[in-house]
Amino acid sequence: MQRLEALLEGLRARDRGSVARALNLLEDRRPAQREAQRALVRASAAMARGRVFGVTGPPGAGKSTLCSALVRAFRASGRRVGVVAVDPSSVNSGGALLGDRLRILTHEGPGGVDEGVFVRSLAAGGALGGLSRTAPACVDLLAAAFDVVLVETVGVGQSEVDVARVADLTLVAVQPASGDALQFLKAGILEIPDVLVVTKADLGDPARRAVGDLRHALAVAREAGVDRGAADAVSVCAVSSETGEGIADLVATLDRRWDALEEGDGLAIRRFHGGVALAFETVARRVGELGVDALGGEATVRARLRGLVAMELPSMEAAETIVDEAVAALRTLTP
Amino acid sequence: MPKDKPWIFRTYSGHSTPEASNTLYRTNLAKGQTGLSVAFDLPTQTGFDSDAPEARGEVGKVGVPIGHLGDMRALFDQIPIEKMNTSMTINATAPWLLALYVALAEERGVSPRVLQGTTQNDVLKEFLARGTYVAPPAASVRLTVDVVTYTVEHVPDWNPMNVCSYHLQEAGATPVQELAYSLANAIQVLDATRARLGAGADLTSVFARLSFFVNAGIRFVDEVCKMRAFGRLWERLGRERYGVTDEKALRFRYGVQVNSLGLTERQPENNIVRIVLESLGVTLSKNARCRALQLPAWNEALGLPRPWDQQWSLRIQQVLAYETDLLEHEDLFEGSLVVEKRVAELCAEAWAEVEEVLRRGGALAAIESGYVKSKLVESNATRIAAIERGEQIVVGVNKFGETAESPLTKGTDGGIMVVDPALAARQIERLEQHRKARSQGAVDAALAELRRVLASGENVMPASIAAAKAGVTTGEWGKALRDVVGDYRAPTGLAGASVASARGNTQDAARLEALRARVRGLAAKLGRPAKLLVGKPGLDGHSNGAEQIALKARDVGFEVVYDGIRSTPESLVASALEEGVHLVGLSILSGSHLELVPEILERMTKAGLGDVPVVVGGIIPDADAKTLLARGVRRVYTPKDFELEAIMADLVDVLAGQQP
Ligand code: B12
Ligand SMILES: Nc1nc2c(ncn2[C@@H]2O[C@H](COP(=O)(O)OP(=O)(O)OP(=O)(O)O)[C@@H](O)[C@H]2O)c(=O)[nH]1
Ligand SMILES: [Mg+2]
Repeated sequence: MQRLEALLEGLRARDRGSVARALNLLEDRRPAQREAQRALVRASAAMARGRVFGVTGPPGAGKSTLCSALVRAFRASGRRVGVVAVDPSSVNSGGALLGDRLRILTHEGPGGVDEGVFVRSLAAGGALGGLSRTAPACVDLLAAAFDVVLVETVGVGQSEVDVARVADLTLVAVQPASGDALQFLKAGILEIPDVLVVTKADLGDPARRAVGDLRHALAVAREAGVDRGAADAVSVCAVSSETGEGIADLVATLDRRWDALEEGDGLAIRRFHGGVALAFETVARRVGELGVDALGGEATVRARLRGLVAMELPSMEAAETIVDEAVAALRTLTP
Repeated sequence: MPKDKPWIFRTYSGHSTPEASNTLYRTNLAKGQTGLSVAFDLPTQTGFDSDAPEARGEVGKVGVPIGHLGDMRALFDQIPIEKMNTSMTINATAPWLLALYVALAEERGVSPRVLQGTTQNDVLKEFLARGTYVAPPAASVRLTVDVVTYTVEHVPDWNPMNVCSYHLQEAGATPVQELAYSLANAIQVLDATRARLGAGADLTSVFARLSFFVNAGIRFVDEVCKMRAFGRLWERLGRERYGVTDEKALRFRYGVQVNSLGLTERQPENNIVRIVLESLGVTLSKNARCRALQLPAWNEALGLPRPWDQQWSLRIQQVLAYETDLLEHEDLFEGSLVVEKRVAELCAEAWAEVEEVLRRGGALAAIESGYVKSKLVESNATRIAAIERGEQIVVGVNKFGETAESPLTKGTDGGIMVVDPALAARQIERLEQHRKARSQGAVDAALAELRRVLASGENVMPASIAAAKAGVTTGEWGKALRDVVGDYRAPTGLAGASVASARGNTQDAARLEALRARVRGLAAKLGRPAKLLVGKPGLDGHSNGAEQIALKARDVGFEVVYDGIRSTPESLVASALEEGVHLVGLSILSGSHLELVPEILERMTKAGLGDVPVVVGGIIPDADAKTLLARGVRRVYTPKDFELEAIMADLVDVLAGQQP
């Protein structure tokens, strides 16, 4: 308990070592840590919260390079920056290569250390979206300790949806000439991004074309009445993380959008809905885990499923059978 | 039948100080060596002065430090550079070292027009294999082209660039990849040169001056075929892409260092046999014979060679050239159907891969995206896995391991050369004296001009030569470059490397599964998956070991953070803290472990990470391993630990023994 007190003290002082240990604790899955984790979450919630920007987009779109350009820009104006970078986990081993730090060059040369920057990489683990399970709590904690937090997601699947729940504003990186721009709009995903960032603007024409395509599609959407209204309209920016072109504008756009959100009650509403969505997911997942536990744990359940499917039962039926058993088992646990 | 003239015998050497290296060169020339091959230390190769913080532990270690014109004078003292053929293994700072050499010549009244030799000057392969790059890829190509266009005009007998496939094989490349990626790099430079000279320019003289630096592995029949394929593809490239018609200009000229990656720490005496056989691959075929040859020593995997070790390797070449009948015959393979078939196969496969790179936008784009690097990492992983599973036999390593005690390693020096660390201090003293003696006004003016030229895109050579004469130092030249065009970190290739995890037989699969279960077990104990930081502190660019350890660790279930090469102790400790790792694994092959590892341990303790275990791998002599273990390092691994899964199991042991 004394150690926890010291840790909370350190966190409030924004001490780097304490932030690191606090994140370790949040990632810890042992039930015995729940109490301490709760204390950490409460402590960070009580602190002023930095601005959280989510960065998502397809693989190779330039997310990491964009993050490092943004880190440099925020640092240049004296803001302290935390970064949460999520990388995919190997399906076979559960292991992960967390290499994204590489491109996060935050000072004049490689190798140096800027105390105003803090990067934690997380493995996506089994989580389906682009975030890991512990990411939301880690983001909140970093937001308490840093002025700005950037969250880079794995560029696949539901990551846009996922990151929008933890970020105040969501940037979607779009690579020029990749067909992503149109693909993206065809899918009608206009609910999520606050800022569409066309990356690699140094490529010239293709980048300009991508900006044009996106603007056009947004206008069409507006006419069809499927956008979110003027105040919340999607911004389109083109940047080159190599030359720095457009980065200052992007930062200005982010700040302007954030200020506007905060002035109304936009930010509060977003956080409320994001919080509820995350809470719901946690409930669904935890209930599932409890059900599996009640039947004797993962290995046992898998063995039973193998048995059922081996007896020619369709796999979905096998699943239903086990769910029924789990519900029954959970009932017997009720007081 | 008259004997052919033998190739140039080289010994890659240089260490400690310019004076010590000068003595070494003069002794080697007296022993019948016919050309010089200069090894520079890592600070010189990466544009740092001997007293820069980045140079800590690296000064004079793996080559000679050259900080200014005074050092160049000392290095070539009493050596007639007008008669020498001097090969310099220098890349990112090639314009600078060439400038110093030209300045030395002019000072001695020797016209640069008579200078003969080579600057390696192939920066593209530095991003893929060798690691001593400074500027980002595009800016690096521009400097390469500066040297090419300058020498073609002013130092006409100079080979401005050695297109290197050697290092690609050392980083895992198969023969096809070695061919394809070195040719793709050459295309990038030739295209850039053509763009510089203007569309209509005749590229013949440029094409004629580009030579290659090639590897020769133990599968020497295949290597004979690879050399022939190289010649064919190079000629084709010259004719088809660059419109070269002059037969002489189209000839593929190459120097060789034979394979070192396959030289072993276990039963190191066997290496001599490997070196001899590898030499055959590049000398047997008259029509595809190397122009120059340098051989590693029997103790390659132990540490730096001593003069006697180098002499032994030189003698191999002399026996081959003077005692055998090798040089008396016309090409032995002309008309061989077997050889012809294999050559055609290599040409076809390599050309397809060249086209793949071009489709991806050329070598620059394929380097920046990590594509080529990932391919090399994959090939290396395949090679290592085959050795680990016993599918590829390495005598004395995974087969025939029983051995009598070797007398070769019994000496008090452990069978290697150790550079006296006190010499670094002398070098720094010399540098300080040099700085005091020069005219600051002249230096400032020369540097201002250098910066202007770097920014404007003019050829950097004239300003560099003027700077050399004004007394500018290597670090000042490097800083100007970094300030004006910026720094870079190359992709590690790990993210894109798809490595099939042990298919092997069921026994292999079961072993891997057991290992994964143990790593999962650790997660239960630690509360989250075991997280490992793989770090490469210092200027060392040997990335193979770190890459393969990182990949294997992921494959058995670790979360792995790898920041790439050339980290500093500060940045590694910051990563360890921010990332919340359970274990730090350092990989050091350049010999700076005694300086860097203790510094990292101290910084970790200060950062509150004193309880995070640290292991070290690389070229660590036994005596040093004892020192490191006594300082608190938990394990030391060297090349003899070739089984990656055994290392992984050991790492699990280290973590399992940790108090939570
Ligand atoms: C391949 C190689 C190269 C390649 C590197 C390619 C690459 N991207 O890695 C190239 C050709 C580029 C190269 C260049 C140079 N090299 Co070199 N190179 C070698 C060589 C032949 C093999 C190294 C290797 O890759 N082995 C395969 C890997 C898998 O093995 P490993 O790294 O030893 O790793 C194993 C263990 O050590 C351990 N391990 C290693 N790291 C870690 C980390 C962790 C966490 C763990 C758990 C375990 C572990 O596990 C691995 C499993 O087996 C060695 C000699 C030798 N045979 O060992 C010389 C050697 C290392 N090179 C040497 C030198 C001097 C150079 C140069 C500096 C020469 C110069 N003056 O320019 C250059 C510059 C390189 C630079 N930028 O730093 C010297 C170093 C001398 C010393 N320490 O005293 C050596 C020993 C050769 C010699 N005898 O002179 N080199
Ligand atoms: N020319 C140019 N290339 C860029 C720019 N930004 C990124 N790149 C290149 O695009 C590639 C991918 O960049 P990353 O930043 O790693 O992309 P990412 O979206 O983080 O990739 P993943 O995390 O793997 O999904 C790299 O080769 C970068 O060098 C840019 O502004 N201009
Ligand atoms: Mg990324």
